[in-house]
Amino acid sequence: MMAGFYTVISRGNLVKKIIGLNIFQVSVFLLYISIGTVAGGAAPIITEGVELYSNPLPHVLILTAIVVGVATTALGLALVVRIKEAYGTIEEGEIHEQDHSL
Amino acid sequence: MQEHLSILLVVIPLVAAPIAAMLPRGRMPWMVTLMVTFICAILAGMQLWTVVHDGTISYELGGWAPPWGIEYRIDAVNAMVALIVAGIAALTLPYALLSVEKEIPERQIPLFYSAFLLCFTGLLGITQTGDIFNVFVFLEISSLSSYALISLGRKRQALTSAYQYLIMGTLGATFFLIGVGLIYSQTGTLNMMDLAERLPEVSGLKTVHTGFAFIMIGVALKLALFPLHLWLPNAYTYAPTVITIFLAATATKVALYVMLRILFTIFPDGFVSATPTGDLFILSGMAGILSASIYAIYQMDIKRLLAYSSVAQIGYMAMGIGFASAMGVTATIIHLFNHALMKGALFMAVGAIIYRIGVCRLDNIQGLGRQMPWTFGAIVISGLSLIGVPGTAGFVSKWYLVLAALEQEAWIAVAIILIGSLLAVVYMGKLIEALYFKPATETNLAVKEAPMLLLIPTGALVLANIYFGLDTELTVGVAERATQALGVAAK
Amino acid sequence: MTHNLILRVVSKSLIPLIIVFALYVQFHGDFGPGGGFQAGVILSAAIILYALVFGLDAAEQIIPSGILRILAGLGVLIYAGTGIVTLFSGGNYLDYSGLVGSQIAGQHLGILLVELGVGITVFSVMLIIFFAFAGRGRP
Repeated sequence: MMAGFYTVISRGNLVKKIIGLNIFQVSVFLLYISIGTVAGGAAPIITEGVELYSNPLPHVLILTAIVVGVATTALGLALVVRIKEAYGTIEEGEIHEQDHSL
Repeated sequence: MQEHLSILLVVIPLVAAPIAAMLPRGRMPWMVTLMVTFICAILAGMQLWTVVHDGTISYELGGWAPPWGIEYRIDAVNAMVALIVAGIAALTLPYALLSVEKEIPERQIPLFYSAFLLCFTGLLGITQTGDIFNVFVFLEISSLSSYALISLGRKRQALTSAYQYLIMGTLGATFFLIGVGLIYSQTGTLNMMDLAERLPEVSGLKTVHTGFAFIMIGVALKLALFPLHLWLPNAYTYAPTVITIFLAATATKVALYVMLRILFTIFPDGFVSATPTGDLFILSGMAGILSASIYAIYQMDIKRLLAYSSVAQIGYMAMGIGFASAMGVTATIIHLFNHALMKGALFMAVGAIIYRIGVCRLDNIQGLGRQMPWTFGAIVISGLSLIGVPGTAGFVSKWYLVLAALEQEAWIAVAIILIGSLLAVVYMGKLIEALYFKPATETNLAVKEAPMLLLIPTGALVLANIYFGLDTELTVGVAERATQALGVAAK
Repeated sequence: MTHNLILRVVSKSLIPLIIVFALYVQFHGDFGPGGGFQAGVILSAAIILYALVFGLDAAEQIIPSGILRILAGLGVLIYAGTGIVTLFSGGNYLDYSGLVGSQIAGQHLGILLVELGVGITVFSVMLIIFFAFAGRGRP
C-alpha cells in the first residue's frame, strides 16, 4: 500500500504516477479480500454438505472497485497521451517549466 | 410513481447518458439533457416536499430488505442537497447551449453531454443512497466524468489540471475505500443506519478510529478542505465554463453532505467530541478562510480568483461542522445552499464575459461593466452576497455561523469570519474596479451585452440570492430539519 | 506480423475457443463463478489478440468503432431498461421477481438480462479503450 502511495507522491513521470496509483488501489483490494475470508470456509457457492462459507460480499464490492480502477487508469493514461501531444514530455518538472501557472 | 421517486432521480439521467452519446451532432443531445435535468429538478422538489411532510423515505433496491440489500434513504438533508444539484443543473443547461457550442469542438458535443449526465447521475446518486459503499461507487462515477469534462477545456493546462485532479481524487477515493473496509471489518455492515446502530459497541477500537481518519481524509480531499485543496483552483480555472459553474455549485456541496452524514449520522454522538476532529475542522476552516482569501486577492485570472474564494467559503462550512453543535451544523447547511446560489451566479456572469471576449484576466476586462450592464449587475449583487451584506443570502449563513461561534465563545473564530468578509470585500472590489472604474480599452468598447440565453439563468440565480436573503424561513426551516435528521444533539 | 505463421495459426485456433469460453462464463454466471464483467473482458481479449496478430485495420473491419460506441450505450440501456421494466411489473427497481410467472424464473431472467447488458458494455468499452490507444499514433 505504502509503496504505491510513495510512488504517486515521489515520481515526476506521469506514467509512473499512474502505475503507483494502481499498486495503491490493488493493495486496497487485497485488504478487502482478506477481510472476506472465513477460517476454514469454502468458496461461497451453495454446495451440499458444506456449512461454512467465506464472505462473498467483499468480492462483489471489489469487482466494482476493479472496474472503477480500470476506468481511472484508462482515463489517466488517455490524459497522459494528450499531455504528451500538447507538451512533448511527460515529466512533471518539464511541464512546469513550460507553464508557470501550475 | 410516488414511491419510486428516489430511484427515478438516479435512473433517468443514467439512461439518458448513453442516449445522448448515441444521438447525432447538433442540438439533440442538448435537448435531451435539458429535459432530463428539468424532470430531475421537479422530482427532487417533489421528493423534498414529501420528506418534509411525510417523513423519511426508504427505498429497497431489488426488493432486498436492508441491511442486506442497498437501501436509498432520503431525509431532509439528502432531499435538500439533491434539490440543489438538480436545480443548479436545470439552470446551467439553458446556459450551456451557447457556451458549449463556443468552447467545445462540435464532434465532441454529444459525448460532452453524455459525460455531463453521468456526472449528474453520480452526484444525485451520492445524495440518494443509504449505503456507504454505494457512496464510493457514485463518487467515482461523478469524479471520473468530471476529470474527463475538465480536460475538455480549451487551454492545454486543462489537461494537466485534470490529471492533477485525477491523481488527487483517486487517492481521496481510495482512502475512503480503505476507511470503509476497516469499518466493515469491525461491524460487518455497509448500510448507514445499520452502521449507526452497531458502531457504538466498537467505537473504542483502534481499527474504527483508523478507518474514521481514512474516511475523513478521503472526503476532505474531494471537499477541497484547506490543506487538501490544491487541485481545485487549477481544475476550476481551466475547465469549460459550464463545467466550472456546475462543479463549483454542486460537487463540493455533495462532498460536504457526505462529510456531515458520516460525522453525525453514522458515528455515534460522543465520537466526534471524544476525538480532536472538531478542533481540526475549526483550525483548517480558519486557515482556509485566511490563506485562500489572501491568495484570491493576488489572482489576475477571475475564474481562479473565484476558485480561491470557493476554498475560503468551504472554510466557513468546515468551521460550522467543527463547532459540532446544532447551530453550527445549521449554519453549514444554510451556507451550503447559499454558496451554491452565489457561486453559481458569479461563475455564470463571468462565463458571460468569457463568452463575449474569450478571456477573463483582470487586465482584459477593463471597463466592460459599462458595456455589459446586466452581467455587471449580476456580479455586483452576487458579490455582495459572497461578502455577506444584509439583504442577501450570504448574510443569513454568516449570521448563523457567527451565532454558532458566539454560542461556543470562540472569539477567534468570530474574528476570522469577520476578517474573511473584509478580505472578500477586497477581492470582489478588485473585480468590480476593473469592470467599472477603469476606462475601457478600445476593443472592449465594441463588446455587446451577453445573449439572453446566458442572462436569464444568471438572473434567476441572482434573484434567488436576494430572495433567500430576505425570506429566510424556507432555508432556515429546512436546514433545521436537516440538522435534526442528521441526529446532531442540540445543546 | 504477416510472416509469423505459427502465431497466426495458433491464434486462429485459439480465438474461437476464447469466444466460446467467454459465452460460457457469461451465461453460466448465475450457477457458478462468472458474469458479465469477466465475460466481457474475455471476449474483448479475443478481439485484441486478433488485432495484435492481424493488425489494427483488420480488427476494425470486424467491429467498426461506430458500432462499438452504440454497443457500449446499448449495454447500459439493457441494464437500466431491465430495472425500469421491473418498476412497471410492480416491484422496486431491479426487483426481478415479478418479471415472468414464478419468482425464481423471474430472478433468473432478470440477472441474465442485467449481466448481458454488463457484458456488452464491458466488451465494447474495453475495445474502445484499446482502439483509442493503439490507433492514436496513426494518421
